[in-house]
Formats: sequence, structure tokens, C-alpha cells
Amino acid sequence: MIGNLAAVGYGLAAIGPGIGVGLVFAAYIQATARQPETAGLNRPNLLLGFALIEVLALIGLAMGFVYPLSK
Amino acid sequence: MSRAALVHSGDIPWPPSVHEFFPPDLFGGNGPWFTKFTLLVWLAVALIIVFFLVAYRDPKMVPGKMQWIAESIYGFNRNDIARDVIGHEGIKFAPYLATLFTFIAVTNIFSIIPGIQISPNSHIAFPAMLAIITYVLYIYWGIRRHGFGKFVKQSLILPDVPWWLLPLLIVIEFAQVFVFRPITLALRLFANMFAGHIVLLVFTLGGFLIAGAGNWFIKPISVVSWALAILITFLEALICLLQAYVFVMLTSSYLQTSLAEEH
Repeated sequence: MIGNLAAVGYGLAAIGPGIGVGLVFAAYIQATARQPETAGLNRPNLLLGFALIEVLALIGLAMGFVYPLSK
Repeated sequence: MSRAALVHSGDIPWPPSVHEFFPPDLFGGNGPWFTKFTLLVWLAVALIIVFFLVAYRDPKMVPGKMQWIAESIYGFNRNDIARDVIGHEGIKFAPYLATLFTFIAVTNIFSIIPGIQISPNSHIAFPAMLAIITYVLYIYWGIRRHGFGKFVKQSLILPDVPWWLLPLLIVIEFAQVFVFRPITLALRLFANMFAGHIVLLVFTLGGFLIAGAGNWFIKPISVVSWALAILITFLEALICLLQAYVFVMLTSSYLQTSLAEEH
């Protein structure tokens, strides 16, 4: 089998941010369902939280390229 | 054994690697003195300057289309970011924030424009420089507002904390305010643009790879791969603007903590 272990590493690195992004959007949907008038108020926080969490997964993706492929 | 030899791919550079981010010198010189990235940064600067000059050349009371776009961009930075996050005195930072926003947005958008399809921000040097400017700015304003001693004390010591927690908290706060903030600011933008380009490459080149497969049952799947590449391009468009927004938002929130009287 030929492959790169970095792919497994990225899979592991994506678990946490996946849960985190889910929580952020779940909280936003719940908040706007309960109080629709706060939708605009919470949107900056939603985007900020989403971006802060999402980058963890992306750093995991970038880190796979930092180390050269070992034989 | 080289990476490219892992898969029988002909002349398709597969799997996509970091080499994709180091294009050759445009003029064929001895070193990378004037690459695609140099050209793109100058192009972005020229585009922004020309756009705003033309839009404000003849300002009207009832704005035309171009003036409306320019005013919306500036107004968004001034009202929705600077004034809402920093407070009333944040308006004096609005020119910097708007410049930062437009520069990051335009250079990011390059990553999805056909024919260019790479962003200068996918090299760590460009986001790092932007982060250093922000870093110097919020430390400068913190020191100017409070004086060096009070600014450091206010940044490191949180109010209403039990004394026996202080040794731990001072280390954490120092690392956070003076070390991690600029690093994460640069790394966030860089990782987004880098990962976006790699993912696009995976689906586009992967489509060619599947199309070049020997089996006729596999070949049609390349269409799926290219369709996904197009979908991801739209996602990238969202991410590009979102990252510009997040960079500016975090810059203003760091400025706000530097300028605030107490935590």
C-alpha cells in the first residue's frame, strides 16, 4: 500500500474543529430560533467563532506539507 | 523516489505539493526576484488605488454605482467594525482598517479568479507582514495611551484574580498578548489561502488524473471531481471575504483591549 500518514493526521486534526463548528452553528440556530430579532446582532460573533475554529483544521492541513515525505 | 512517481500520472504534478507555491521568475532571471506574487501584490495595490480614486473623483450627494460601492466598503469598516468594536475613538483607525480589509480581500480574491488562481497570502511572508503592522500598532497605542508600565501591567494582570494564581496567569497572558496574537493572526490567513489552493488543486488535477485512467468506467467520474472543484471555488469566495473580515475584526478587537481603561 502506498500512502501518506499525514492524511491520517489530518483526519485526527479535523475531529475537534468539526465538533466545534457544529457547536457554533447549533448555538446560532438555536439563538435565532428563540429570538429571531437577535440574528443580526449575533452574526459577527458567528462568523468570528466559525473562522477561529475552522483555522485549526486548516493548520492541520498545512502542517501535512511542512514535513517532507519520508521514505 | 520522488513524490510524482507515486502515481502513474504522466505529466500531471500529482499529488499537489508545496512546489506549486514557488512559481519561476517571470523574466527568467537567475533567482525569484519578480514572481507571480510580486506582480499580484502590485496589481492589487494599483487596483485599489485606481478604484478609490476614480470612485471619489467627483463625489455626488446622491452617489452613483461606483461611489456607492466605495462608500459601502469604507462605511462598513468605519461603522460596523471600527465604531462598534473599538468605540467612538475607533473612527480614527477606520482608514487603516479599510486599507487592510480591501488589500486582504483583493489579494484573497485572486485565488479564485481564473487565470490567476493563487493568492499572495498563501505565502506566509505577506500575512506575517500585515500581522506585524497590526502588532506594532496596538502595542504603540497601548503604550501611548497608558504609558509603558501601566500598559504592561494592564495586559498581564487581570483584575479580581486571587494572588496565588498570578504566577500562572501572567505567563499565559504574556504568551497570549505578545506572542500568540500576531502569530495566529498571520497563520490564520496563510493557512486558509494555502489550504484553499491545495484543495482546489486536488479536485482539479484529480479530475485530469481520473480522466486519464485506462478504465472507461472510471473516466466519467472526473466530471464529478470538476463539479466539486467549481463548488469549492464558490466556498473559497466566501472564505476569502470572511478572512479579510476576520483579520480586520481581530485587529480592531486587539486595538480595543489596548485602548480600554480597564479590562
